[in-house]
Amino acid sequence: MSRAAILFLILGLALVAWASARARAAGFAPGLGAQRPHSRPGHHGWYVALWAAVPALIFLGIWANVSPGLVMGAALDNPAGQALPPPGLQRSAILAELRGLASGRIAQGFQPQAAALLPAYKSSALHYGIIGAVAAVLLAFAGGAFAFTRVSPQFRARTRVERVVMAVLLIASLIAILTTIGIIASLLFESLRFFARVSPIEFLFGTVWSPQTAIRADQVGSSGAFGAVPLFWGTIFIGAIIAMIVAIPLGLMSAIYLTQYARPVVRKWMKPILEMLAGVPTVVYGYFAALTVAPALRNFAAAIGIPNASSESALAAGLVMGVMIIPFVSSMADDSINAVPQSMRDGSLAMGATTSETIRKVLVPAALPGVVGGVLLAVSRAIGETMIVVMAAGLAANLTANPFASVTTVTTQIVQLLTGDQEFESAKTLAAFALGLVLFIVTLLLNIVALRVVKKYREAYE
Amino acid sequence: MNSAGRTPTDWKSGAMQRRIARRYAAERRFRLLGLASVLLSAGFLAFLLFTMIGNGWRGFTQTDIKLSVDFPASTLILDPAALEGFGARQALAGADFEGVTAAAADEQFGEGGARMLSDGAWLAVRDAVAAKPDLLSGKANIWVPAATAIDLAAKGSADRDSEAAYARLDAADAVRTQFSTTFLTGADATDPTLVGIWGAFKGSLITMIATVLIAFPIGVLSALYLEEYAPRNRWTDLIEVSINNLAAVPSIIFGLLGLAVFLNFMHLPRSAPIVGGLTLALMTMPVIVIAGRNAIKAVPPSIRDAALGIGASRVQVVFHHVLPLALPGILTGTIIGMARALGETAPLLMIGMRAFISQPPGGMTEPATVLPVQIFLWSDEVSRGFVEKTSAAIIVLLVFLLAMNGLAIYLRNKFETRW
Repeated sequence: MSRAAILFLILGLALVAWASARARAAGFAPGLGAQRPHSRPGHHGWYVALWAAVPALIFLGIWANVSPGLVMGAALDNPAGQALPPPGLQRSAILAELRGLASGRIAQGFQPQAAALLPAYKSSALHYGIIGAVAAVLLAFAGGAFAFTRVSPQFRARTRVERVVMAVLLIASLIAILTTIGIIASLLFESLRFFARVSPIEFLFGTVWSPQTAIRADQVGSSGAFGAVPLFWGTIFIGAIIAMIVAIPLGLMSAIYLTQYARPVVRKWMKPILEMLAGVPTVVYGYFAALTVAPALRNFAAAIGIPNASSESALAAGLVMGVMIIPFVSSMADDSINAVPQSMRDGSLAMGATTSETIRKVLVPAALPGVVGGVLLAVSRAIGETMIVVMAAGLAANLTANPFASVTTVTTQIVQLLTGDQEFESAKTLAAFALGLVLFIVTLLLNIVALRVVKKYREAYE
Repeated sequence: MNSAGRTPTDWKSGAMQRRIARRYAAERRFRLLGLASVLLSAGFLAFLLFTMIGNGWRGFTQTDIKLSVDFPASTLILDPAALEGFGARQALAGADFEGVTAAAADEQFGEGGARMLSDGAWLAVRDAVAAKPDLLSGKANIWVPAATAIDLAAKGSADRDSEAAYARLDAADAVRTQFSTTFLTGADATDPTLVGIWGAFKGSLITMIATVLIAFPIGVLSALYLEEYAPRNRWTDLIEVSINNLAAVPSIIFGLLGLAVFLNFMHLPRSAPIVGGLTLALMTMPVIVIAGRNAIKAVPPSIRDAALGIGASRVQVVFHHVLPLALPGILTGTIIGMARALGETAPLLMIGMRAFISQPPGGMTEPATVLPVQIFLWSDEVSRGFVEKTSAAIIVLLVFLLAMNGLAIYLRNKFETRW
């Protein structure tokens, strides 16, 4: 019997248990006072259903992990099995083929030993499969029957069921912590293995990045150089400088215009339109940057006589990224300008200041911490952005301040290092995790600082 | 009193008038600057969409060439009777349509004529024969897809040779450009005239189903726990901090997590929608939790008090009253999170969903690719025919995203309750 069939059988049993316990509890006399049943029929139903399903499912989960070993052990317990080569590559190849043959994934085997073992393997798989199925169904029956005997007017089924519900809720919310731990653990673990080969000092302060490790030992450049400073510079240059030169003025001025000047109808329509800029997938921006913006910029640079103009310029990626970031800056600025107390604005206007003077001399200085927080969040978003730079920025790790030259970023290199055909153990792939760790830490710090600044600012006016 | 000695400001004086005029001009400049930045930002969006649509609408069309094939005179050995009933598929597979198509093209258009047809032209001939076996008894005119160069020439952007070839075809009235379903029903291919978006679209759909099945229950349950039951202590603070941080972690980090945990540690299949779904679910879950908490917070306490007052337990209060009332808000947040996941590319590149897949995936564990990754792959292609196909795929993706966001706005407007 297949695993899915057993699963459906158990769920069916649970359904039967639910219905029968519910019907029985519904038959209790609706007494008053002490005779009144403690729990509703539905609670009794759920209690019995849980007892029928959960132990059997837990058993199935354990059995799925234990039984392959048992099956293989029984299949090899015969002369053909004992004649197999000792543990090693050849043995595991034969066993893998045996499993493939038995499950039907492989139609025809290459190794005669695997074919010889097939009948024994199949019979033992059937044997243990039946044992598992029977045990699971028995467990479901036993659990259901045990719980069913406890159904009575006095029984506190609701309390028990609600305890299970609370446990499920708690487990669901722990998954967020597990994910965080998983991210930190996987990044740290792989980075430590990387730092065992390349010193952290060289990685953080070296200025030469050429991660090609050679296939043959005598090949030129076989050592590979892992100095990440050009990558950090490229990331900051594109994400924190060029993109912000575009996004901060446009985002801030848009927010000011929409909150202070625009008529409500204009605001109602323009705000969602600007927010659409943040909803466009980054791969679309990347394609736009590579196809339209980058060639135009290269022609422009060539026309005004700038040397080394590359078709994969930092400027193209940075400009498009800045456009993408505009809504982040403008919505944060919008929030913080709106949070400035009306009395400050009224006071300034009453003194005879014009609207723009009020904005420049009162509102913006008062809202500055919120705006700064928003900009920091935008920077953290920009340096973690991948597709635009992968498609529009180059791969050459240059340490240059020429916006028309090609630079590379942390995220570009992560993609580049991990998408080739690489063995997982090489320093090249591990370097991607070290870069990821740096990226994670920097964005985390930026977010913590930004949220703290924003929070402090909100408290100042509350 | 001192004030008696002060002369009041003379607002009518020339200096004052000039000053006021200067201030008002600054006001107008500032206002114009604001308007300009709003218009510039919106202009970027318009330019982006305009470029994509301008490049992309031609991707949905296809240029066909009328090829006349003289079947009795050709080398094709195929009995029309074999195409009836069983064995038809085998008979078709055994016949050399490729050679016949190439020979017919060479004969009709001169030496090198086969190069004017798409690599998949013989498929069109085969399908025509399969649909109407009596074509085999005579000379037949069949519309077959043209090669990329002719296709581009028909759409007005190609080199001189192709332009000339197209002009000759056009003069002979043997060419047409029209809307084609190939792009909407096919999967990836090496020839831009044969590619389609359906394979990637189906991959996206399966991945999104996996994502929502994992992220929605977990997200809603943890939002309920944190908002309704969680005691204020160090543990719940930790959960909250992790959720807020996860929402801000760059998406590529989730890809690294998926690679290290799901592929290298748990040995799940590479390129499979289930792995993509798991990775995107971890990414989307914080969005759902945050949206869910806001929606739950918006349910007024009086509802809870009333339910508790007539004897409901705390679980009953939440599942019978709070959750149904908060559900529209949660759904809106979920759809927005899903839209973000749908456009996500980087984490899926990390877990190997960038393979060349020429068949639409059939299930959760089969190799697949998704729309944004397909766009990325096509954008890397050298052949010029892929430019319009990439833009056309972007149009499909944007339409899909727009539909999802429209649904979210509709839900919010329809079910939003003001307490």
